[in-house]
Amino acid sequence: MNQFWVFVRKEMWHILRDKQTLFVLLGMPVAQILIFGFALSNEVKNSKIAVLDLSKDQITQQLIERIDASKYFDLEENLTSPKDIERIFKKGKVKLVLVFENNFDKNLQHTHEAIIQLIADGTDPNVGTTLISYASSIINDYQKELFGNQLILYSIKPEVRMIYNEQLKASYNFVPGVMAMVLLLVCALMTSIAIVKEKELGTMEVLLVSPLNPFFVVISKSIPYLIISILNIVSILLLSYYVLKVPIKGNLILLMGVSILFIITSLSFGLFVSSTTRTQTAAMFGTLIGLFMPTLMFSGFMFPIDNMPWPMQLLSNLIPSKWFFIIVKSVMIKGLGILAIWREVLILLGFTVLMLFISIRKFNKRLDIA
Amino acid sequence: MRNILTIIRKEFQQFFRDSGNVRMILAMPIIQLLILPLAADYEVQNIQLCVVDHDHSWYVNEMIQKITSSGYVQLTAYEESMDKAMQLFEHDKADIILEIMPNFEKELITQNEASIGISINAINGPRASIGGQYLQSILQDYNQQIRLKWIQFPKINPLPMLKTEFSYWFNPSMDYRHFMVPGILVILLTMVGANLSALNFVKEKEIGTIEQINVSPIKKYEFILGKLIPFWIMGQFVLTIGLCIAYWIYGIRPEGSIGLIYMFSTFYLFVVLSFGLLISTYVNTQQQTMLISFFFMMIFILLSGLYTSIDSMPEWAQVVTIFNPIAYFVKVNRMVIMKGSDFWDILPSILAMIAMAIVLISWSVLNYRKKA
Amino acid sequence: MNNEYIIEVDSLTKKFGSFTAVDKISFTVKRGEIFGFLGANGAGKTTAIKMLSGLLQASSGSARVIDFNINKESEKIKANIGYMSQRFSLYDDLTVLENMKFYGGIYGLSNSKIQMKTDEIVKVLHIQDYKDKLVKSLPLGWKQKLAFSISILHEPPLVFLDEPTGGVDPVTRREFWELIVAAAHQGTTLFVTTHYMDEAEYCDTVSIMVDGRIEAMGSPKYLKEQFNSPDIHTLFVSLARQSKRTEI
Repeated sequence: MNQFWVFVRKEMWHILRDKQTLFVLLGMPVAQILIFGFALSNEVKNSKIAVLDLSKDQITQQLIERIDASKYFDLEENLTSPKDIERIFKKGKVKLVLVFENNFDKNLQHTHEAIIQLIADGTDPNVGTTLISYASSIINDYQKELFGNQLILYSIKPEVRMIYNEQLKASYNFVPGVMAMVLLLVCALMTSIAIVKEKELGTMEVLLVSPLNPFFVVISKSIPYLIISILNIVSILLLSYYVLKVPIKGNLILLMGVSILFIITSLSFGLFVSSTTRTQTAAMFGTLIGLFMPTLMFSGFMFPIDNMPWPMQLLSNLIPSKWFFIIVKSVMIKGLGILAIWREVLILLGFTVLMLFISIRKFNKRLDIA
Repeated sequence: MRNILTIIRKEFQQFFRDSGNVRMILAMPIIQLLILPLAADYEVQNIQLCVVDHDHSWYVNEMIQKITSSGYVQLTAYEESMDKAMQLFEHDKADIILEIMPNFEKELITQNEASIGISINAINGPRASIGGQYLQSILQDYNQQIRLKWIQFPKINPLPMLKTEFSYWFNPSMDYRHFMVPGILVILLTMVGANLSALNFVKEKEIGTIEQINVSPIKKYEFILGKLIPFWIMGQFVLTIGLCIAYWIYGIRPEGSIGLIYMFSTFYLFVVLSFGLLISTYVNTQQQTMLISFFFMMIFILLSGLYTSIDSMPEWAQVVTIFNPIAYFVKVNRMVIMKGSDFWDILPSILAMIAMAIVLISWSVLNYRKKA
Repeated sequence: MNNEYIIEVDSLTKKFGSFTAVDKISFTVKRGEIFGFLGANGAGKTTAIKMLSGLLQASSGSARVIDFNINKESEKIKANIGYMSQRFSLYDDLTVLENMKFYGGIYGLSNSKIQMKTDEIVKVLHIQDYKDKLVKSLPLGWKQKLAFSISILHEPPLVFLDEPTGGVDPVTRREFWELIVAAAHQGTTLFVTTHYMDEAEYCDTVSIMVDGRIEAMGSPKYLKEQFNSPDIHTLFVSLARQSKRTEI
């Protein structure tokens, strides 16, 4: 077994020497967590709006001031004619236009009804919907203030509770997602490239003629990436706990355990790729297209699986990260124990054993020929 | 000029010799544009509702019917107790639990007010908040309906009302694909451009042929232009395939001039290609190139406004997007394709691209030394 | 151009950090001769050749190559020399003809000139049947001969060859040297580095580099007499043993 560690040490030297790669491998999860945590949100604030006030009376002025003062909206421009609406949307900055009809105040006095038109830029449907619902609620509040609390008969009062994530932080969803993505990238991509590189350079043969079992030679190449991955898990968890304030509700040891299981799953996929490809480019595109893209698409973290057509939903079951994503969500955010996730754990184990089995057979076969 | 043409010819010969390249450049746009838009559907639909009904009254039944008839919400389970319903949350089998207290109907009639419990599985924040908004607006409608039935309203509102009417422009069907496809097109162009150009340079470094070029009288700028132009042409080609797919498969026809899109991509491609070139001047192997270009690409794409709106980002991140070429093209593409924006609308973005191209090309020319 | 020497080197030095790769070397190369530049691995041969061909900036000292100063006019040098490096310099995924057209174009040759030269090379190397094959598919020896022919495609007065015969079998090496000698007969000056000592016999002048310095220089015959050595190989080994640098 001593020889095994000699190999591992050689791999560590390779990796420590290549500072650029090491920097990216360790810096990537940090950058991702920080971007997701601080830069990306669906929160609406300071959205630019324009107003077409055909009435210009006291009520409309007050209402416009009220909307401008809210943290959701910033008044960008006062329009003078309906033709301007299209022009301002086309410039791209303004996402919502409020139109007050002629004689707004008068209508309100006489017919007890005045109409505000809310026109949203619908290019992004979700943003459009959200903007309109925020604007409507500001208008409703204003109305209540204006006319006092009217006695509303027979009202159903919804009492809303947000479970697991009271402040609706996006980080609760993406921390598990980033973990799946980074681990897969580091383990599968880097391992497969490292192994194939030796094949390309011809140094693999030198290693294979050594007295160590060829499969251990290959395994030794993946050990450093296993270590880097564990470092990555630790840095992701520390950052999300201390910086993003995402709680770790479940058992930390269980969480580390399943993460290491997933690392081994990813490594086994990397071995599989390297046993079937010959060049670095092929290994790269193989992992990127065969593993990384599907992970991004089907793990349920960037794209909602529920909305996909059924063949794609079916396909998503073959993606290990989907199961890992479920496991991490259950343990970390919901605080569940092993009883809730044993099925997903078994699935990951199954993938790992299968991939290792296939790659061992492939490697041994190659050796018989040589 | 002739020197540049010599290099361009060589790049094309090498590119088309490898059938893998050709397949990639044809297959990438097709696969990405066929699969990604199907997946990138962020419309919140199929909200799975679990009802815990302690009242069992007629009004509750009517209310639930009203909720499920909207089409957005599916009733997936009836549970006897809140504990059992929570188990559905644990396995992600429900998005929202609606809890109806005993005597709901009675309170509504006798006390003019009855509350209803809505619990939302909020791990996926955006989905939770939009789902909650849907449900509440349906409940409001239903509430209004009850009132209308029970109270005889006079013709004129007894109290003044501010009435809101709303409409969505440019995407009246609120189709998410119309929003995503123009953005995905940009990502595609970027990946092809930056990766191909960076890998191409590094490959010459790895094989050592770059040394042979370095001892030749070829000027730096001739060599660099000669390498950028072929990939520029391929980028425009991929863009064309993408626009055709958008039209044939998704029926997306640019509202604005298609010439504007090509005009913008002309400058954009130079930015992306010279970025790839810049990376290649800093690294030595293809493995490093892929990893580093992947690293930057990921940051650029995430901060491009493709998935989440730039307006929602904190101020510092919005400042960062000023230097993010992908953000400009995503914006311009959506503006021209969906809204029909014209030249003057996108001029500021074009100027930004020209500035970036100049900076990046000069930076990489300076950094690509023929002398060590 | 009346100058008898095509290369004049004066205390040329290259330092990488604290390591001095080339240490104040001075020598001259006559027009039309084959100049052999010998040395063990790591002696500084490649560094010296890179400075002379304008690939590397010298730390100190100067040199004149053809009629140009290497510190100031490296672009002019590049237009007037040929260069073939120990690393293989043809594009594997282009055909023989495409490679020739590419390098011809790079040096600004007209199309008719390129046509003429390619015909000539194809005839000399007897590769009529292979001109449309990928370079990848040629045996190593052929590739080397082809790379040499392409490096003198634009008829430069001076060619640098950096270990051109590395890894080639003896028969092909002999054929390769015949090409070099033929080029010399046509008036081309050839500056060749090698560590095959038997090849030194082909050279008009030989210099032996140890630890960044030139320890011996002269015609093979003169060197053998001066150091009282039966052949260049023995001489080289005795000089190289003084080296303090470990082989890299």
